[in-house]
Amino acid sequence: MEIARHWRLKQQRYGLVGEVCPHCDYKIFPPRDVCPNCGDEAKTQYAFSGKGEVFSFTTIYEAPTGYDANAPYTVAIVKLDEGPMVTAQLTDLGDQPIEIGMPVEMVTRKMRNDGDERGIIVYGYKFRPFGFVPQR
Amino acid sequence: MTDIVIAGIGQTEVGEHWELSLRELAYRAIKAATIDGGGLKPQALFVGNMLALNLSNQAHLGALLADYAGLPGIEAVSVEAAGASGAAALRQGYLAIASGMVDVALVVGVEKFTDKVGPDVEAAVATAADSDYEAMQGLTATAQAAIIMRRYMYEYSVPANGFAGFAITAHANGAGNPYAMFRKAIKPEAYARAEMVSEPVNMFDAAPNADGAAALLLTRRDLLPKSYPHPLVRIAGLGAATDTLALHDRHDPLWFQSAQLSTERALKKAGIQLDQLNFFEYHDVFSIYAALALEAAGFAERGQGWSLAANGAISLKGRIPCATLGGLKARGFPGGASGVYQAVEAALQLRGSAGANQIVGARYGLIQSLGGPASTAVSAILEKVD
Repeated sequence: MEIARHWRLKQQRYGLVGEVCPHCDYKIFPPRDVCPNCGDEAKTQYAFSGKGEVFSFTTIYEAPTGYDANAPYTVAIVKLDEGPMVTAQLTDLGDQPIEIGMPVEMVTRKMRNDGDERGIIVYGYKFRPFGFVPQR
Repeated sequence: MTDIVIAGIGQTEVGEHWELSLRELAYRAIKAATIDGGGLKPQALFVGNMLALNLSNQAHLGALLADYAGLPGIEAVSVEAAGASGAAALRQGYLAIASGMVDVALVVGVEKFTDKVGPDVEAAVATAADSDYEAMQGLTATAQAAIIMRRYMYEYSVPANGFAGFAITAHANGAGNPYAMFRKAIKPEAYARAEMVSEPVNMFDAAPNADGAAALLLTRRDLLPKSYPHPLVRIAGLGAATDTLALHDRHDPLWFQSAQLSTERALKKAGIQLDQLNFFEYHDVFSIYAALALEAAGFAERGQGWSLAANGAISLKGRIPCATLGGLKARGFPGGASGVYQAVEAALQLRGSAGANQIVGARYGLIQSLGGPASTAVSAILEKVD
């Protein structure tokens, strides 16, 4: 149970909200207090479009506690269109083969259970192939 | 300043020690190093450990091990830098002696993986990554290495089985190390048909988590007893550096900046050039990390680290022998103890006590320990003193 921690990260998890540096216009995700580009303070909020491409990826079979019920699953580093990279699971893949450079978009999904059946369900961002059409 | 020497070395066999606890493992290594060091008495203990808090529910290892090892009252603290914890503890021991405040420092690296198994171990190891933005996505250490390896193979057009040489070399060398977890050479066909752990990382691209402890007694050269029985090994240079904790925060995830910086700092302190090194104990927890370490140190061009393994340059008789007593791959990966094992193994080489794996005439050895994907790097150059 880490309710305050999950609540604190809700903007990042649900809205992909990072920062834009007011000094050099560098886009930052995840947010940090010091711009990695120019070294000045950066605290201006910036919502990312959620569009990007797969930089690299792999599949996890031996998963950590809290994730093992969902294994195997695919995790990637996604390069967002605005520049930064983010680690995220890929979802809604179906039979589609994944490739480096594949365009993807952010969706909100269940991330894990917290080991307590009466506890909260943690949601967050995952990425799916861009232009995904749900099967009816 | 007088030379800082490694006066005593000790290690336990690396493996699954179901019958031994964290403290018993540590004590065995401490006892061996104390005997080897000819009776030097430490005033300070630096413990390198990564996972005891998660896997054994045990913090406060300094007091625990000083007490258990029969060193009541001495100063003791633990140092944590993920997989580089042991090397970071060595760094602290070195600084303590260099400062003049401590005459004899005991450094012990210890890891006890097998108090838990399966998903709990994966979760514990994942605490070394960014909890909010990496571990939260279910990322594991192996998956992180796989992501780097896939991109590396894509960018540099590495052939399938291009990394085989790392495991083949490590296992060939492990056969000559009585403390190694795996002491059997493997054939290229075994690598080629190995099961995938997280593609493209196969079973032979990942070092096995294992229990183990290793210890060092450090002191100033002028404090050694007259009857000191071993050829002398000094710490000629030591450098530590960091990079972003999260892999995705790097502009270039295929370059181990901290490994480059720490190697450069260690070489500068030692006052030698890269080509004077006789061997390199790298942090081959994954074969891709060995390739990137070779590139970061300057032994290979970018994108060519894997070819040193493929063409035999890292074998015992090659241009730059690596993992000379099995490395993390065949000796085993005792987590935060790894860096201390590397120092023990380098000292054995420089003393001329490496048995069948001896590198004849070795004078300088580079050891390098990484935390995560080189978010921390500690590099040390050990030298045989005439």
